[in-house]
Amino acid sequence: MRSARPMRSAGTFEYGMWLFTRISGLALMLFGAISLGVGFILGGREYLSMPAMFRWMFFPNPNHVINSDIPDVTLGWSNAFWQIYSMLMIFLATVHGFNGLRMILEDYTERPLLIAFMRGLTILLVLAGIIVAIYVILAS
Amino acid sequence: MELSRSVSLISGLRYRGRAGMLTWILHRITGLGILLFVGTHVTVSFFGQQFGDDLAFAINTVYESWQFQIFVYFSVLFHALNGTRLALMDLFPALIRYQRELIWLQWLIFVPVYGLPVYLMIQTALSGA
Repeated sequence: MRSARPMRSAGTFEYGMWLFTRISGLALMLFGAISLGVGFILGGREYLSMPAMFRWMFFPNPNHVINSDIPDVTLGWSNAFWQIYSMLMIFLATVHGFNGLRMILEDYTERPLLIAFMRGLTILLVLAGIIVAIYVILAS
Repeated sequence: MELSRSVSLISGLRYRGRAGMLTWILHRITGLGILLFVGTHVTVSFFGQQFGDDLAFAINTVYESWQFQIFVYFSVLFHALNGTRLALMDLFPALIRYQRELIWLQWLIFVPVYGLPVYLMIQTALSGA
């Protein structure tokens, strides 16, 4: 697909986000595969419903997968490794998602003041999402 | 080249970008859908857990219905597969020559990996399990 945008030169903000989107996208798929596999190992083989699989995949957290009827889920998920893993995943996903929203919004906006306002709003939403997620991870 | 952004809806619909245009627009729609879903889910769960809001729990049960999961699974799987193709094409620019074939390959993977679970979900739901 030939890009309609001008070529991004290395070192700029747009180039950084372009690279980040690719790397975080691939990393999220790897993380999702790992936590889904560990979810199965922890005793989820019998519970193959789609919502449960998504819960294990993208936010492996005792409070989040508690609805999956696994008796001893807290033994598997509540340690520092999975807490840091979840935080890293939330960071990658939030920045990836809101950067995508920013790209789409800027495709349909021409006024620079409006773009600056939307960028500020996006940064606030990213920070709010990460803070709420870290609170949920540490409180569970 | 300066890009004109004032394109009417009609001429936008008349533009025939073929397979690449379809994956491009689906990538945007599914991406926005995932962002909307995850954003709502995080916000609603936060209010549900902190204040025990009944509306929050009611909204959260909507996500678990099989009808909703069909859309969520489509969005996540399509966005992941298409994103893999884009990342591969950016990593190995020689592949850009074979974009048409890669899109066909992508749909060839997508149809069974999406279709089989959805078939099973509908079958389970309608049999009243």
